[in-house]
Amino acid sequence: MISEVLPDFRYLDSNKEYVMVKSNTLPSGQTRIDNMEICGITKRFPGVLANDHIDFDVKSGEVHALLGENGAGKSTLMKILYGIYHPDEGEIFINQKPVTINSPMDAIKSGIGMIHQHFMLVQTLTVAENVALGLLSSRGLLTDLDRVSKRIIELADIYNLKIDPDAYIWQLSVGQQQRVEIIKALYRGAALLILDEPTAVLTPQEVEELFAIMRQMVKDGYALIFISHKLHEVIEISNRVTVLRNGKRISTHLTSETTKEDLARWMVGHDIEFITSHEKSNVGEVLLKLENVSCNSDNGRHGLSDVSLEIHSGEILGIAGVSGNCQLELAETITGMRKTTGGHIYLGPDEITGLAPGELTERMLSYIPEERMRDGVIRNFSVAENMILREHHKSPYSRSGFLRLKDISAHTDELIEQFQVKTPSQATLAKNLSGGNIQKLVLAREISRNPRAIIAAQPTRGLDIGASEYVRAQLLEQRKAGAAIMLISEDLDEIFALSDRIAVIYEGKIMDVLTCEEATRERVGLLMAGVHPKKKASA
Amino acid sequence: MISDLFSTTVIIGIISSGIRLATPYLYASLGETFSQRSGVLNLGVEGQMLMGAFAAFYVALKFGSLWGGVLAAILVGAVFGLAMAFVSNNLHAAQGISGIGFYLFGLGMSNLLFQKMIGTVETVQGFPKIYIPFLSDIPGIGEIFFSHNILVYIAFFLVPVAWFVLNKTTLGLKIRAVGENPDAADSLGVSVIRVRYFTVIFGGVMSALGGASLSIALLNVFQQNMTSGLGFIAVALVYFGGWRPWGILGGALLFSMVNSLQLWIQVLGIPIPSEIALMMPYILTILVLVVSTSKVRGPSALSKPFERGD
Ligand SMILES: Nc1ncnc2c1ncn2[C@@H]1O[C@H](COP(=O)(O)OP(=O)(O)OP(=O)(O)O)[C@@H](O)[C@H]1O
Ligand SMILES: [Mg+2]
Repeated sequence: MISEVLPDFRYLDSNKEYVMVKSNTLPSGQTRIDNMEICGITKRFPGVLANDHIDFDVKSGEVHALLGENGAGKSTLMKILYGIYHPDEGEIFINQKPVTINSPMDAIKSGIGMIHQHFMLVQTLTVAENVALGLLSSRGLLTDLDRVSKRIIELADIYNLKIDPDAYIWQLSVGQQQRVEIIKALYRGAALLILDEPTAVLTPQEVEELFAIMRQMVKDGYALIFISHKLHEVIEISNRVTVLRNGKRISTHLTSETTKEDLARWMVGHDIEFITSHEKSNVGEVLLKLENVSCNSDNGRHGLSDVSLEIHSGEILGIAGVSGNCQLELAETITGMRKTTGGHIYLGPDEITGLAPGELTERMLSYIPEERMRDGVIRNFSVAENMILREHHKSPYSRSGFLRLKDISAHTDELIEQFQVKTPSQATLAKNLSGGNIQKLVLAREISRNPRAIIAAQPTRGLDIGASEYVRAQLLEQRKAGAAIMLISEDLDEIFALSDRIAVIYEGKIMDVLTCEEATRERVGLLMAGVHPKKKASA
Repeated sequence: MISDLFSTTVIIGIISSGIRLATPYLYASLGETFSQRSGVLNLGVEGQMLMGAFAAFYVALKFGSLWGGVLAAILVGAVFGLAMAFVSNNLHAAQGISGIGFYLFGLGMSNLLFQKMIGTVETVQGFPKIYIPFLSDIPGIGEIFFSHNILVYIAFFLVPVAWFVLNKTTLGLKIRAVGENPDAADSLGVSVIRVRYFTVIFGGVMSALGGASLSIALLNVFQQNMTSGLGFIAVALVYFGGWRPWGILGGALLFSMVNSLQLWIQVLGIPIPSEIALMMPYILTILVLVVSTSKVRGPSALSKPFERGD
């Protein structure tokens, strides 16, 4: 049994001392789950063994991290625990007693809460309505949103979550939406919380805030399961870590007894090299040019204003910025998905302002969208169909209006192989791929056509380390081949590792464009916060 | 003469019958609002109305009970709604197509039953006007607001009720959530299927009541295809009203007022070709739909079947 490797501790405090939690109840009033154990869980999907006799457990007062490549089976295991999928084999025990979890309702009743990889919030409802949904009301048939709001504020106070119960979800930032998810789970009396890649969508500051909340929860006796692809986060926050590979459990260890290198090796099965810097490439003429571009935003906040940028052939321009500062608007205006309200955009010598996305495809502009589920793939199309979305009307994929399935299939096979997309078959629907593999699919399609310019928005978000390094290498490869690349990323490490020049965006304005030599972390960090270092110095 | 249209009596007449004519639309559209807010597009409204109209008429004719007729319509509507709910929830059928199927079935079935069980055109004594002492006697106002039968009043009363249920009850919250993000609702233990069964059955009942209001309260006859597209207009009114009961009330009134105007134009013998007059309400619908729908957004999960883990 895995639990044997674990000394009997509850909470590892900052002095690395084990502290026993005194009370049997959590601050929310719920009784603790002392111990949850998953034994021999197996789950098959058509063509995949997603979970192969997996053992896993978590105790009150610890964070147990779950690591694994894209498609390793992490989300599947957690969805089984939350009653969304039914296991083919295996058992679940809570406090040593076997439980059957057939639906999310059962999971909630057993004290399990889940923060999903893709948030489960109703955008058109308020925070309080989202929390109240499905709960019994103190007023019978009528909603009791005022009481719910009060309790939300109480719970939020315990963990310093700061949330307005009357705000609509669509008005909230991603970080705030995540807090709503946490409150939803706490409100339902969760004692065990599953966090499926909670940090993938957060800014570094928000990650720190989340970790503070998690630490407090652990201290209070919650049991937490934490999934992330970022090894330093796992090292920082978890007490134990389990690595999955291809649906199998590879190892479970105390985090303090492992290193980043060990974890990476267990995940991928071999050593991997991290890209930290790259040689200069031959920068050519300007390929992509924005001249005083402005646009509106969705939520009535500031849009782009007067953005001017130039990207040369063979150059990567990094766009650094805290999320929600019009990165999406920037990508969408260039790729023809959003109307400009002023300014001009050029690809090579030709103006492309206002051209439709189809037209831009013809002109070899590629887009790796941030919301790949929404903008990158058609969920109910097969992998092969998604692969040829952009070129489907062209030879060799179609002739006189008929699709040529053989050529499509050969092309798809080639890309699946080359980009290591993990999929049971070409006919698998895109929505059934794991999050990371959808990203690889989009990337394969966008890069394989040798575009002149690439707009890459958060291209490695949600990718495992192996895949991330692969994507970065591919971008560098395209740069070498002479493409002009705009890399929009909230991950400063990524920006610094890949960019030739760095532009900082803040509230829809470009604060400054720095060369690699000028750009220090401090300088970029200040610009991201909207502060001009020079001005500040002279003031 | 055109000028006849502007006499006080005629204007009062137009408004009064406009209010009456809004009744079947209100029932059907409010019902459809519930199913659409929960994510189910029911295009079988017209068929359900015809079945409800026939059932109510038959019971009223043969057994002489108007309330018996209403009950019969409710039952028939519930059965049809149940069938639609099963097809859309359990069989995951394409809702647009299966709705058309239900329409055609209702159309044929009501006609067949009519031929076999009644045969000739007959009339019933429908729900009488309710006389409200004092109020009904106020000149103008009395005729406009207080000269209608009970089914008309119930229809208008259901507007605030529907608003209240959708916005102030736990059921309404579930309905809205299920239509917007069924996965989220499911993850909180809300039974998406159960909510959708409820709304679709409720929609069927309301459509059938709309039909009954025609056959035993407004026209007091039953004829083959007597709704002639009214059910489809009711679906359009849901979009028109932005999936909100008050919007639907506005849409239904606007539509029925124009309809009423059109009827009066014919009654008064004003020299406008009757075909043109008949087209007026429909042209208006199209115009208003074009102007209004671009602004409001419908339920995100509308007409998408739900499956857990999908
Ligand atoms: N509903 C489904 N139908 C078919 N296959 C599925 C389904 N859900 C997941 N899979 C497959 O199961 C495997 C495991 O997927 P899972 O989502 O658990 O991966 P993951 O470890 O969470 O990866 P990621 O880090 O990319 O989120 C993948 O190969 C995926 O394609
Ligand atoms: Mg996952």
